[in-house]
Amino acid sequence: MISRRAFVKNGALALVSLGFAPSFLARTVSAAASRGKVLIAIFQRGAVDGLNMVVPFAEQAYYDARPTIAIARPGRANESGVDLDGFFALHPRLAPLAPIYDAHHLALVHAVGSPDNTRSHFDAQDYMETATPGVKSTTDGWLNRYLQARRRQDATPFRAVALSPQLPRILLGQSPVLALSQIAQFGVRPGRTGAGVAQAFETEYAAAADQVLNATGREAFEAIRMLRAANPQQYQPTAPAEYPRSPFGEALKQIAQLVKADVGLEVAFADVGGWDTHVNQGADTGQLAARLDDLARGLGALFVDLGDRIDDVVVVTMSEFGRTINENGNRGTDHGHANAMIVMGGPVRGGKVYGRWPGLAPEQRYEGRDLAVTTDFRDVFCEVVVRHLGVANPSPIFPGYPVDERRFLGFLA
Amino acid sequence: MLPLPLRRPALYVACLVTILTLAGCASASKKKPATTDRAPAVHLSGDRAAVVHFLSRVTFGAREIDVQAVQREGVAAFLDRQMHPERFDDAALDARLAAFETLNLGSRQIAEQYFLPAQEARRKLQLAQAAQPAQAAPGRPAPDRQPQMMPAADPLFRKERLVLQELSNQKVLRAVYSERQLQEVLVDFWFNHFNVFAGKGVDRILLTAYERDTIRPRVFGKFRDLLGATAESPAMLFFLDNWLSVDPNGPHVAAAVGPLRLRPRPAARPRPAAVRAPAAAQGRPARGLNENYARELMELHTLGADGGYTQKDVVEVARCFTGWTIAQPRDGGEFRFDGRWHDPGSKVVLGHVIKPGGGKDDGDRVLDILARDPHTARFIAAKLVRRFVSDDPPPALVDRVAERFRETDGDLREVYRAIFLSPEFWAVETHGSKLKTPFEFVISTLRSTRAQLEDATAAVQAVRTLGMPLYLCQPPTGYPDRADAWATAGALLGRMNFALALVDNRLPGVRVDLPVLAGSAGGDAIGRQAGDMVAARAQLLHVFFNDSASVTTLAVMNKASSIPLLVALALGAPEFQKK
Repeated sequence: MISRRAFVKNGALALVSLGFAPSFLARTVSAAASRGKVLIAIFQRGAVDGLNMVVPFAEQAYYDARPTIAIARPGRANESGVDLDGFFALHPRLAPLAPIYDAHHLALVHAVGSPDNTRSHFDAQDYMETATPGVKSTTDGWLNRYLQARRRQDATPFRAVALSPQLPRILLGQSPVLALSQIAQFGVRPGRTGAGVAQAFETEYAAAADQVLNATGREAFEAIRMLRAANPQQYQPTAPAEYPRSPFGEALKQIAQLVKADVGLEVAFADVGGWDTHVNQGADTGQLAARLDDLARGLGALFVDLGDRIDDVVVVTMSEFGRTINENGNRGTDHGHANAMIVMGGPVRGGKVYGRWPGLAPEQRYEGRDLAVTTDFRDVFCEVVVRHLGVANPSPIFPGYPVDERRFLGFLA
Repeated sequence: MLPLPLRRPALYVACLVTILTLAGCASASKKKPATTDRAPAVHLSGDRAAVVHFLSRVTFGAREIDVQAVQREGVAAFLDRQMHPERFDDAALDARLAAFETLNLGSRQIAEQYFLPAQEARRKLQLAQAAQPAQAAPGRPAPDRQPQMMPAADPLFRKERLVLQELSNQKVLRAVYSERQLQEVLVDFWFNHFNVFAGKGVDRILLTAYERDTIRPRVFGKFRDLLGATAESPAMLFFLDNWLSVDPNGPHVAAAVGPLRLRPRPAARPRPAAVRAPAAAQGRPARGLNENYARELMELHTLGADGGYTQKDVVEVARCFTGWTIAQPRDGGEFRFDGRWHDPGSKVVLGHVIKPGGGKDDGDRVLDILARDPHTARFIAAKLVRRFVSDDPPPALVDRVAERFRETDGDLREVYRAIFLSPEFWAVETHGSKLKTPFEFVISTLRSTRAQLEDATAAVQAVRTLGMPLYLCQPPTGYPDRADAWATAGALLGRMNFALALVDNRLPGVRVDLPVLAGSAGGDAIGRQAGDMVAARAQLLHVFFNDSASVTTLAVMNKASSIPLLVALALGAPEFQKK
């Protein structure tokens, strides 16, 4: 199949060289030249109930364990699960993702999690973000270690961006990362002191004797100029993409905007919270359903909005641990062990649920109660780093993890 | 390359000796370094730069009044006074803190009055909601993004948030206004060294007492006392999980710790953090040895990562601390040793044999061993030198400070003195060589502009925006103390924006009087007259930059058309980011 990328690279270059390329094509060519791979990492903080996100409807044990909060088998009710493969179904509110799954651009990984058994949100998030389960004193996050492993001379200030007020643990480290909640707000806000102040600051920093401040200052003002050129206030998502009007929707919209603006984005991060459903979790409607609705409509809009740029993009969701197989006394679920992840993007070999399914029978459960982990979350991260981002030696990114391609699930070619 | 003292011997002697002797000679300092005897008579006014440098490290920013005090009494006397904060009052600060409700409460009171009622109300609200599940209409924003959140306006909810708010605000107010500046600088240092994250479960109840009762009274004592106090603090026991650590072969393994129902809501924080106790939360706890505290105790609190211990030592230390737990943690309970959970066998820690049957003493014995290990002296010395002298601690100075640590059995006053009176500290290369952390930057702007804070919340938020949320440093390592950690493009712009908001009086509850600051009595007309601007510039350069701004910064400031702009260009300038 000849991709649109290929045409842009070859056909358009030919036009340019002949001297009569339309200006939009000239722009596209330069963009194609600067296009790199993009990873968008999404953290579902609070521990999403993976068993209701990707439902093992073929297991009677699932229905036995969840008398009031189970998702109905596909076709059984108005709001039943969306059948994926005759065994698993998507939660009905994840229906916006079904067409992407069917188009083989979305894969799911089930029974994935940490080798550490902690059921503390704090510790489990920490371990997932540092990718060093069981080791608390790791100072940097694994995404930052990726940036360090791949130092680039041509890196822009937008190489790594967290759409959050503060840097998340996963991006903490030596390599520079921008944390911003609103890209339209990024810049110098002069107030009554007058617009010339930004220029004045830039002059001061350009002359700074301190090397670190000098370089960082240049980076900051360069970033302002790049953003101004991208004109964030005027951004219109590609129809028919419609992001949910939620913080998560806003974050994804801005990530898409940065990808399309060609500002050198390589790693983007967003949080989406509200998954800690101990009480009244709901089934096809209710708390969890509302959160999944936000998630699915956000990811669905991102996929449409990115257009052919999705060829370069992989989106990965993660959540610190799964929830108990059994419903608790408050129609909710408590802290469990293994969970499910979503992987979406052009390069993804989708249309499949990856990972070995451990089963829900009592003797198959972890510590007698939870879904067992059959895939180490680092297997997933490492596959993305190697096969999508193209890192030859990922060992420094995942200290203490025995890198072995045979552990990869194969959701990326 | 020659070590600093050899490269600049003359300069060092001139600076140090001058400051130590002039006027201050008359002070009753008992521990005057021998160098004072060799004091040449150099006029002090020439050493203003050195005094400002000294103050920029031992306080949260040099004020003119402090410069004069040091010039009047000398460095040794100034230090001596700062190292005995109990000898002078801090009435102005006390008055500012008088209105706070929670700062003097015990953890139990904080739990009972501020957390348990909100928790109970939240539980009832959830149960009530269970009757009518929320629905999200298609195409509409999800209605219940924070299912466990109570309406923000609910007084119970506000009360719950108040504890961390007051703690954060008092930290800013102390840093800006306390006369006990060195104490506050050191509380900041040692809290960060023994970091505890307010976002982990019940730790948000415990931090008020942790800082007030565990850290602050001990920053001028023996290191061993500080170490012991943190080891027994419920805050640390909870943060690093030692409260759950039990002898896996003991008779009481099955005895579960009750579930912790204290559930933080994610609203004011970047993430919903810990909800319940690890493992024990779910009613079927996997009880056993927990190595977290043992490992961090050696790696982060004492020996350092290269401190010569093994995984076997980690396990042995963890065994020694089994049974060091918390009585009723969710109610703000206190330290308790539970002999039933303690591993009674013998242990070997770093080659020292700990005999069977020691009970609680096993842990104390470990702390003795660690506090006296030479690796600890060196690790603590290097960390203090990094804070007070240079991002890259000069090895010769670290050696001498570590030596002082060992020969005084970790007497922290003597350790600090060894740093502050060292040639490396006073070397001209050291002046302005450290990047201020976000907290130091915000505090130093407020101090140098003589800002009046009705409310410290805006400053707390600014520090958070710049990437250093107070009491919310998640890893047990604490915040880094090196320039590269804080010099990021977004944070740098954040500093400029903070300066602009401050001079515009746009920060709620913060006022600066710029005409007065610029040394003019001229009121509103100020800034429009050329003569005023020249005088203002001169005054500001003196106050903010110790008269050492770069040619470019001077040129940029020369073009400023108003005093607010002038001040903003000074506070946002590269020179002001350094200390």
